[in-house]
Amino acid sequence: MTLPRTRRAKSLRQRLLVQLLALAALLAVLLYLTVRTVAGQAAEATQDGVLGSATTVIAEQLRAGPEAVEIDLPYEAFSVLGSISEDRVFYRIVAEGRTVTGYDDLPLPEGITPGVRPAFYTVAYRDSTVRVAAMTRQLVVAGQVLPVTVLVAQTRQGQDAIAARIANRAAALGVGFFVLALLLSLVAAGSVLRPIERLAEAVARRGPQDLRAVDYPAPSELLPLIGALNGFIARLRAALTRTETFITEAAHHIRTPLATVRTHAEIALRQSEDPEVRKSLRGVIRAVEESSRSASQLLDHAVVVYRSDRLATEPLDFAALVAGVLRSAGPVASLRDVALRFVPPVPGPVVQGDRPLLESAVRNLIDNAIKYSPEESDIDITMTTEAGQATLRIMDRGRGLSGQTGARLVQRFNRGANVGDVIGSGLGLTIVAEVAQAHDGLFSLTDREGGGACATFWLPLA
Amino acid sequence: MRNILAALGLILWATLAHGFEIEEEAVLPGTAGGATLSILSTTDTAFFRPVLEAFRRRAPDLTIRYVVAGSQDVFTAIADEAAPFDIAISSAMDLQMKLANDGLALPHEPATTLPGWAQWQDRLFSIAQEPVVLVVSKKALQGLPLPQTRRGLVDLLRDHPERFIGKVGTYDPRASGSGYLFATQEARQSDSFWRLAEVMGSTRPRLYTSSVDMLDDLENGTLAIAHNVLGSYSAGRVGEGTGLQALDYQDFTLTLLRTALIPATARNPDAAARFLDFLLSEDGRRLIGAEAGLPPVNEAALIQNPHLRPIRLDPGLLVYLDGMKRRAFLDEWSAAMVQP
Repeated sequence: MTLPRTRRAKSLRQRLLVQLLALAALLAVLLYLTVRTVAGQAAEATQDGVLGSATTVIAEQLRAGPEAVEIDLPYEAFSVLGSISEDRVFYRIVAEGRTVTGYDDLPLPEGITPGVRPAFYTVAYRDSTVRVAAMTRQLVVAGQVLPVTVLVAQTRQGQDAIAARIANRAAALGVGFFVLALLLSLVAAGSVLRPIERLAEAVARRGPQDLRAVDYPAPSELLPLIGALNGFIARLRAALTRTETFITEAAHHIRTPLATVRTHAEIALRQSEDPEVRKSLRGVIRAVEESSRSASQLLDHAVVVYRSDRLATEPLDFAALVAGVLRSAGPVASLRDVALRFVPPVPGPVVQGDRPLLESAVRNLIDNAIKYSPEESDIDITMTTEAGQATLRIMDRGRGLSGQTGARLVQRFNRGANVGDVIGSGLGLTIVAEVAQAHDGLFSLTDREGGGACATFWLPLA
Repeated sequence: MRNILAALGLILWATLAHGFEIEEEAVLPGTAGGATLSILSTTDTAFFRPVLEAFRRRAPDLTIRYVVAGSQDVFTAIADEAAPFDIAISSAMDLQMKLANDGLALPHEPATTLPGWAQWQDRLFSIAQEPVVLVVSKKALQGLPLPQTRRGLVDLLRDHPERFIGKVGTYDPRASGSGYLFATQEARQSDSFWRLAEVMGSTRPRLYTSSVDMLDDLENGTLAIAHNVLGSYSAGRVGEGTGLQALDYQDFTLTLLRTALIPATARNPDAAARFLDFLLSEDGRRLIGAEAGLPPVNEAALIQNPHLRPIRLDPGLLVYLDGMKRRAFLDEWSAAMVQP
């Protein structure tokens, strides 16, 4: 049976990573823009500062001549403008709208009235964009107050270069931040998801019969899941227990009336002389026997299933256990003139096992062997110890497997194709296999050389 | 519109006399049908011909036209007349700076990197660094101490006025762009400049527009001393076996950067870029040094000779080109130098 394919939603790790990385990308972009803006503003402020002080120095050189404004342009003011960057410099000195000296097409400020402190504006000039500082001083020329405006302009190539360099660094910073965030996100996603993975592993590691409640330290977010899982397990266990109890009860309730029916049928057989009636009665007895055995094995099986969930193991002498079962099977074997040949090794191998289950398994194997053995034949039983395993072999001279696989015969209610004339429920080998599995052992059924079957039962040594 | 104006200007330039004065013109023909590389330069053809020849061997397809003009004329040709030259080489750093600053030079990414101080943006490139020296006639100064500084020159002229009347030569900054640059840079860097000007003025100095003329007059005895001669021009005509001696001022020796730029009006900027890269290359620098006699840009030489003070390539150079500043400076200079 295969489990139905679980529908898959987007993986938690993926979801977590995508969200963390989206956040990191957003932060990286913000970082880039912030660094760029702040640094760009700082670069502009620096250049404005230099431009403004050059303008102030030039304005201080304004003199009122006898007839007109005069100026002795200071060399250093211009030289300083070239010290920060190799930018082109333009200047203009205007008195009453007339250019005293300089570049007479340098645009005057629009909407700004330059005062004693430099005012800055950006304007297109010639083939470039320039930053202009403008300030005005009042001079008295020929008895008249004359406002004189000084304009000093500089191209922005240096500032643009600084801005580009900063933008590059900011971009590198952003990328670096993002890469770091990526690594941290991977680590974070791993650590957040680890408890879930551990829980999943712990649940997956359980054996198929393990119906204990999950008791695993888990973060509080997972507690509802674990609670739900445990509730589910408890319901399952209760349902199983009810089923086994029902089977036990049912088998018990069937066996008792069957025994009565059988007794009555045997009495009737003894008293009847009509061959037809006797034949019918024998059929009845046989059917009753079959039913009784089935009920008994259902009971055994229920016990096995029930106990294998909660094994009561103890160290056992496996050989002594087998010898005990053989003793109780002795009368049945001698009815059929079948000899059970077993020499228990001394000391016997010690295994860790649940006595009733092991007895049940061995009894089923012996019963099978006796059942399928021809009259007046031998059943050889050996016990050896090899590779940490106690190995029990039960070999008969019956009809063998006749080409069927042992694995198929072990399945519940499957019986061999060649056994129609022998009473059986098809549960015996299932019980044996389940007991072996519950004890971490193995069971196999093979043809025996020279005819017959060989049942091998391995148990790990204690 | 601009093109039409340029074309009109070109026709005028071609038919009438130029607005700027050409001193020499040389053509090195290339293979037939090749492009023409027009060079406008302040450097005499005789100095530069070996460099041109070497370049033509590398680019045989190009016809090279080499026009020599004064530094002021070089500026006028590019700035005012948009004359169709592909490369402009000048010793007047301030004028070259103004061309570059005002957007009249094309950007160029040189194949060889120059030191930062020898280049401005990607538009102005130094091809030579030339000290500006004092050249004296040994015979005329016989028995007198040789001046090592400007102060020494002042003392010499003041102590022996009779020997130097009419025998001191220097550039006329009113007529020569290079002369104006030297004078303004000296005035800016030295407190003793105006004293020197006063003392020189008292000797009724001769004023020149070219170093070559000053050297000629020193050789023929007209001059005893020439102040601010381009070291590269004097190099071949002074020293042992000649009558002249060149002296570096130990207080500071102005060092000029001869610069090249590709004008925005260049017809053949690709050829200009090739020529410029050739000038800046290892081979080109060697040729400029060995054949043209112009000391190539060399940072080590500046470190070894701390008295060499290169004129900084920065916007400060624009200051003395301001009309008002120029008038004021020349007025003061004339008052000092041209004494009645």
